Amino acid sequence: MKSSEEIFAILKEKFGDAVLQLNTKLPKEAVIDVAPLSVTDICWFLRDNEELQFDSLTLLSALDDANGEKVTLEDGTTEFKGGTLSVVYHLESMKLKHKLVLRIFTERENPEVETVSRVWACADWHEREAYDMIGIKFLNHPDLRRILMPYDWEAGYPLRKDYKNPEFYHGMKVPY
Amino acid sequence: MLKTEQMVLNMGPQHPSTHGVLRLELELEGEIIVNVKPHLGYLHRCFEKHCEAMTYPQIIPYVDRLDYLASMNNEMGYAVAVERLLDIKVPERVEYIRVIMSELQRIASHLVAVGTYGIDIGAFTPFLYCFRDRERILSLFEKTCGARLLYNYIWIGGLSHDLPLNFVNETKDFLKDFKKTIVEINDLLSYNKIFIERTANVGVLNLESAINYGITGPNLRASGLKWDIRRDDPYSIYDRFDFEIPVGKGLHGQVGDCWDRYFLRVQEMEQSIRIIEQALDQLPEGEITSALPKRVKPPEGQIYSRVENPKGELGFFIVSKGQLQPFRVKVRPPSFINLSVLGELCKGHLIADVVAILGSIDIVLGEVDR
Amino acid sequence: MIYEFLANLFGGDVIASFISGALPFAFIVPFALFAVWLERKVSAHMQDRLGPMRVGYHGWMQTIADILKLIQKEDITATDTDKKLFNIAPVLVFMGSYAAFAAIPFSSAYIGSGIDLGILYIVAVSGLVVAGILMAGWASNNKYSLYGAVRSAAQVISYEIPTVIVILTVVVVVGSLNLTKVTEFQTNRFWDWMIFGGSIAGIKKLILLPFMFIGFIIIYISSLAEVNRTPFDIPEAESELVAGYHTEYSGMKFAMFFLAEYANMFAVSAVVATLFFGGYHSPFGYLGNLIGLTWLVPIEQFFWFTVKGIFFVFVQMWLRWTLPRLRVDQLMTLCWKYLIPIAFVNFLIVALIMVL
Repeated sequence: MKSSEEIFAILKEKFGDAVLQLNTKLPKEAVIDVAPLSVTDICWFLRDNEELQFDSLTLLSALDDANGEKVTLEDGTTEFKGGTLSVVYHLESMKLKHKLVLRIFTERENPEVETVSRVWACADWHEREAYDMIGIKFLNHPDLRRILMPYDWEAGYPLRKDYKNPEFYHGMKVPY
Repeated sequence: MLKTEQMVLNMGPQHPSTHGVLRLELELEGEIIVNVKPHLGYLHRCFEKHCEAMTYPQIIPYVDRLDYLASMNNEMGYAVAVERLLDIKVPERVEYIRVIMSELQRIASHLVAVGTYGIDIGAFTPFLYCFRDRERILSLFEKTCGARLLYNYIWIGGLSHDLPLNFVNETKDFLKDFKKTIVEINDLLSYNKIFIERTANVGVLNLESAINYGITGPNLRASGLKWDIRRDDPYSIYDRFDFEIPVGKGLHGQVGDCWDRYFLRVQEMEQSIRIIEQALDQLPEGEITSALPKRVKPPEGQIYSRVENPKGELGFFIVSKGQLQPFRVKVRPPSFINLSVLGELCKGHLIADVVAILGSIDIVLGEVDR
Repeated sequence: MIYEFLANLFGGDVIASFISGALPFAFIVPFALFAVWLERKVSAHMQDRLGPMRVGYHGWMQTIADILKLIQKEDITATDTDKKLFNIAPVLVFMGSYAAFAAIPFSSAYIGSGIDLGILYIVAVSGLVVAGILMAGWASNNKYSLYGAVRSAAQVISYEIPTVIVILTVVVVVGSLNLTKVTEFQTNRFWDWMIFGGSIAGIKKLILLPFMFIGFIIIYISSLAEVNRTPFDIPEAESELVAGYHTEYSGMKFAMFFLAEYANMFAVSAVVATLFFGGYHSPFGYLGNLIGLTWLVPIEQFFWFTVKGIFFVFVQMWLRWTLPRLRVDQLMTLCWKYLIPIAFVNFLIVALIMVL
């Protein structure tokens, strides 16, 4: 069993700048922020290191932080410019029974993150869902398609805070 | 030379044994599966988007509709998550009632799993025996809260109703009869030679890939790991009860085959009976509404909280920005993650085995698609 | 006897042949209606339910109502089907199972055709059903139907081999392929039935008994497979292939398949009853002989024959609602690796016993 502080120290020593900070101010959960393009290496290390053995990815969730500049468009709707999207990884070691939360921030305009689907097989569908709902592009993902929405959905990513429903989809009226 | 080519067969969305509206694209070499591509989303109802527009208590009815065969467990998971975020301690009686309800619901859910698995293999009769007993559980729920499937019973910090008159005795009667049903199911289905032939050594999921795929619940335990959130990350008052965690032993084939996954559910029902009996005996008198908060407004922060659902680990990742509505609710749906291993398990098997494997994974499409 | 009676009545062979040939139809249709009702009732009572209860006393008219509904239904033919084959298939399937009734002796007074090759004819003609099923599966232009049809062809053809070997076993003992003669061989009381060694005198009967029993088990298992009943219902395996070869059929054409299935069930049960359980003979002697009304005897024989047939149909239903379904490779394994070798050895032993 290791606490988040100890794991942070190990990661900091190994990866240096790619591990940004340990965030303990959030109530209930301590979160380690890492850089989006080195997350795969960190995860390989977390999984295969003898002391850590994070063999299971419990949950991968993507968030729209909605912290950019709020722009009102001509038709009265609002949109965010700039700001970040984030991905949160809940890891767990079933052997050593400790948990860890990783978080990455990526730019809203060009959200690119390294995939971890080769580290944990279940990340495949999680990442497809994150792509489907928030629009985060996972680099090197084997099969990055939409998963819950129709494959030809063109109206954007539904879980973004500024998402707008289209009028029609294949001639069917969408708003009811 | 004969020219042969692979055939693509669409299984679903309308198909008797895809357990809902799942579409499987099977690539076949004769009857042998080369590749399976699941297509999801036919039941997508934007649960997570809904949550962002609603206050915390308003979300509970929507939570019911995730895994609609185990609504009580879903409510329990959500209530526990929000209570942890709010630091609420609920009264003893509420905790006991919650445990009783969750375990009854677990039995009901496993009954559906076991019964429909019989149908998948071709035995119709056990299904109706299972449903007969599930019906009695639903009647108990109906007496308690008026609903049979989607309850809105477990609230944040409490319950909507207290137990009805005579609930304890009726539940005890039911459990007494239900023990006989388990024996009956075992005779009729579990140890049936044809059933064993069909399920043993089919779709073997070894422990390593089970963990790598994030499989949880009965499917993980069938692969041989003693892992149960009720014991390993206790919530509510599960640490007070004496129960065993069954694991797959490979009695009729390799560890982690379809028969193990099936039989584990039968064993879990027996353990649930034990928990309910203990809880009924210890059930304290008391108030059930004293901890209900007037206004649910958690502080800024985030939490990932999980419970053991009949299908696996149900987790709620809630991000709060200190408002009445959550900023983001992300569900960890056990069925969704368990389903992702299907393609791996099916390769090289026959069409009939796809049905057997899918049934043994036990998914609910309401939860897969949300 | 009935044929001669009709020939005298109408003064010509042609009309008599037609009427005589239509008689089994008058039996099959009510039987199928009854069997469907029985199946629903049997399954319901096995599963703690009541089954149909509304139409008539305990729902006995339910299937009549169902047939009326099926007649009124729209006859759907999908665009991409091969229309000709699609329409012929149900007729052919029904014809195959109906033709089998021609050589089955219902009583000493009635047999459609008393040909000497009776049992061989039944085996051959019920092979026609496979052609119909293949046609249905191919013409539907549906992959599930095709799978069902191909599975069915493989299954029916495979299981015909153990059936025929067991039939040969019986034929060796009796010395005739004519089913009337087979029946007359088991004439007196139930201990003369073939399953108890037939009407052979002395020690031979006792030696034959266990082998006859093995033969009966094999022919009953393979007859289950030939009519696609659980545990061998993989051609129409509901949970895998939706409904197999008749997925695309609706209305009256579907009803034809349904009728054929139940007719077939009775046909194989009748064959089993004829070969091993004394055919139309009563197990206890006849009331008609006792009270001196000889015209009563054929009617009693018909009654016993029907009772035996329905009993075996009932056992088929009983098995269906108890057992799960085999997988396609296990089905073939069972046939080729177990049933056929056992049937062969059984046949050789019986032949040896008869020679010695």
